[in-house]
Amino acid sequence: MSLDTPTTGCLHTPVLRERGQREVFCGLTGIIWLHRKMQDAFFLVVGSRTCAHLLQSAAGVMIFAEPRFGTAILEEKDLAGLADAHQELEREVERLLSRRPDIRQLFLVGSCPSEVIKLDLSRTAERLNARHGGAVRVYNYSGSGIETTFTQGEDACLAAMVPSLEETTEANLLVVGALPDVVEDQCLSLLTQMGIKNVSFLPSRRAANAPRVGPNTRFILTQPFLADTAHAVERRGGERIVAPFPFGEEGTTDWLRAAAKTQGVMLETFDAVTAAPRARARKAVAAHAETLRNKTLFMFPDSQLEIPLARFLARECGMLPVEVGTPYLHRGLMEPELALLPQTVLSEGQDVDLQLDRHAALKPDLTVCGLGLANPLEAAGYATKWAIELVFTPVHFYEQAGDLAGLFSRPLRRRAMLAGGQA
Amino acid sequence: MKLTLWTYEGPPHVGAMRVATGMKDVHYVLHAPQGDTYADLLFTMIERRNHRPPVTFTTFQASDLGGDTANLFKRAAQGAYDRFKPQAMIVGASCTAELIQDDPGGLASTLGLPCPVVPLDLPSYSRKENFGADETFHALVRALAQPQERTAEVSCNILGATALGFRHRDDVTEITRLLTSMGIAVNVAAPLDASPDDLKRLPAAHFNVLLYPETGEGAARWLEKTHAQPWTKTTPIGAQATREFIAEVAALAGVSAKVDEKDLRQPWWSASVDSTYLTNKRVFIFGDATHAMAAARVARDEIGFEVVGLGCYNREFARPMRAAAKEYGLEALISDDYLDVEAAIIAAAPELILGTQMERHIAKRLGIACAVISAPVHVQDFPASYSPQMGFEGANVLFDTWIHPLVMGLEEHLLTMFREDFEFHDAAGPSHHGGKATPAPAPILEPTANAATQMIEAAQALADALQWLPDAERELKKIPFFVRAKARRNTEKYAAEKGVTQISIETLYEAKAHYAR
Repeated sequence: MSLDTPTTGCLHTPVLRERGQREVFCGLTGIIWLHRKMQDAFFLVVGSRTCAHLLQSAAGVMIFAEPRFGTAILEEKDLAGLADAHQELEREVERLLSRRPDIRQLFLVGSCPSEVIKLDLSRTAERLNARHGGAVRVYNYSGSGIETTFTQGEDACLAAMVPSLEETTEANLLVVGALPDVVEDQCLSLLTQMGIKNVSFLPSRRAANAPRVGPNTRFILTQPFLADTAHAVERRGGERIVAPFPFGEEGTTDWLRAAAKTQGVMLETFDAVTAAPRARARKAVAAHAETLRNKTLFMFPDSQLEIPLARFLARECGMLPVEVGTPYLHRGLMEPELALLPQTVLSEGQDVDLQLDRHAALKPDLTVCGLGLANPLEAAGYATKWAIELVFTPVHFYEQAGDLAGLFSRPLRRRAMLAGGQA
Repeated sequence: MKLTLWTYEGPPHVGAMRVATGMKDVHYVLHAPQGDTYADLLFTMIERRNHRPPVTFTTFQASDLGGDTANLFKRAAQGAYDRFKPQAMIVGASCTAELIQDDPGGLASTLGLPCPVVPLDLPSYSRKENFGADETFHALVRALAQPQERTAEVSCNILGATALGFRHRDDVTEITRLLTSMGIAVNVAAPLDASPDDLKRLPAAHFNVLLYPETGEGAARWLEKTHAQPWTKTTPIGAQATREFIAEVAALAGVSAKVDEKDLRQPWWSASVDSTYLTNKRVFIFGDATHAMAAARVARDEIGFEVVGLGCYNREFARPMRAAAKEYGLEALISDDYLDVEAAIIAAAPELILGTQMERHIAKRLGIACAVISAPVHVQDFPASYSPQMGFEGANVLFDTWIHPLVMGLEEHLLTMFREDFEFHDAAGPSHHGGKATPAPAPILEPTANAATQMIEAAQALADALQWLPDAERELKKIPFFVRAKARRNTEKYAAEKGVTQISIETLYEAKAHYAR
């Protein structure tokens, strides 16, 4: 499908808003990929045994590869008097910093319990910043379930970093959103080949390479869930480049084109740089599109990646979305995506039992959902793709387009194999 | 506050979920914030269940905290009843809901639901998963069990098996077979696969078989007090303990203790000459108290290992654990901090570790053989094949599982004989293990203030002050690698005691003579 395909899109589609039981992760889960990205950061959750258990269940075996995250577990005596809790936390942080002198950024991460008892982590962060002046930068944000859903934890984290980024008046391009290093390098290489200089990334791999922002900063998001971070950069004078998200050949090209346009890149240069990787991406996707074409797709809410991914699967792989759920729908960020997405049912929020009823009535060919639903749905005869992998796996930009399509075709191919080749 | 990187147990409401998910026709309404549904995936992924756990989460958010959460709970409870029509419901709060102080029990009772609703009081900030499971099962039994006549023929209940229990599925099958072969009927096995109607029938049994004290002792004690049902005290893990268990059950049931042992192969496997090399292999054991204590007995008395460390993470069982450790001349390690466990393992220098998935990670880092004997466990320890730990087949399984990671006897001899061979050196490791052989990486210990670490640091300082002469160092290398660490340690300790700072070959052999038993 080409960019010129006329489509009415989903811009004016009414959104089904539901509330009830939500089958989603809380924002603490973001720590699992953020700590891999920020190599000198430690994430200290202030919460309960539940928070620690969540991180360990979600991180799996990664927990023992010298983790740079942990939980300060609240005990009964912390709940009795709050002044005490601040002291306790400061003591734990001091212990942590003394045994991990390599840490340059420390994130105090709020949880449901710490938010409910109104433990003021910003005050602790301020005091620790005063004490460690320069050596370690202490931030705080909330990854609690009552405020954040899954990937919103990254948004809260990045937004918390923006106010303390160094000021600059230089013109620069800021790429926002944690990407696997290999993907970040590909992105930088494409932009550099077009002659764009002064590109920086938020978050940076190390504190020393933190980007600078100012009134001449143009920034572009690589992830759809970064609304608060976008506002924070705008408050620092940055101007957002409006674009769809870089999933698939089409998304990547539109994304790069939007960035290139603001940097005065000539069309010929843009075409010369992107022609070869575009062709590679189309070819790689085509191999999987055969499996995916005309298959119906149902997406449960999880990461806010659902709309861009449904757009990719519909336009480049020929799938037919029947319901696309998202935990939150930021219309301002999502407009370019909604314009491209073929008409379908959009839902925001969740009442999981009602959504399962709709799912059962639609009987989709492929269901994208969380791990709590995947096996029960498989047992009921549905092919599922578990959604969390889409956040951990490199899926952005041209070279990953084939892998991204592959993540969705694999469950269907597997079903066919196990059924003796009968799809 | 306590800084935690890894926990052996989840919060108590996960224990309640283990009971609800293990049972049929029960529904749990849990007052909890968005995100707590993560626990579902323990059941759907690790245990690979083909249905959603029967748990409705209220999923309150920040905007609900103004005072609407009580109504949210009531709507969720009513909705759950209408949709699932369970025989009984349990209601409770997770850690965050405990702080906002809605009263799930009181709120549910105002709904007047047409089924028993059992409120749970699980203190999230002081107790853990096993307590949650024990307390939930206890509360359900208390609420549902009805006074009634005993069954005409002799029968018993099997108590304690839950969802997400380590080998619970197959243990229940194995013990049911054993009891049936003795002419004892199983009245109800619970909570795993039981319904609330089954719990009503519990008092019809003549006695109770308690398989897992961690998750069933509360109920067993209550049934004894209220319905005069005695319960078994022996955990049937290992051939000897199984025979003891049979004798205990036979006495309770008034039947013969003669049981066919034709499928029990472990004692002969252990007696065969191929197993001689297992004698006095140093083993470190850690897990939940029940499995760790049972493993220690099998290790020493049935396989002939030397138990060099024993402990558990569940403080509730610290007392019996301490008593058990004393029998092996050991001080029990009672800790839920894996760094303590790692330090104790390094200090004990074992050749085999029997533990949880956490000890498996530690063993991998230290390059020590390891087998899993207790929860918490990864997905591979919910196997497709029949793999009980209990009864005679369980004894067979234990033998295979524990011996497999060790270097085979003949292979060990070859490693010693050709230890300088270019392709058959120590670091090559056992041939039946996959992967490329590399030298064991040095342990990366995060320094902590605990005593075990200090001990290690002191030992390190001692070693730094001592100098191994080149001849002695070469001689040390000739000692088989599996006892080399111990030889080095003993020699250094001996040298320090004698005030020797340079270790020669003589020092090495004097130390060997000194410690010879």
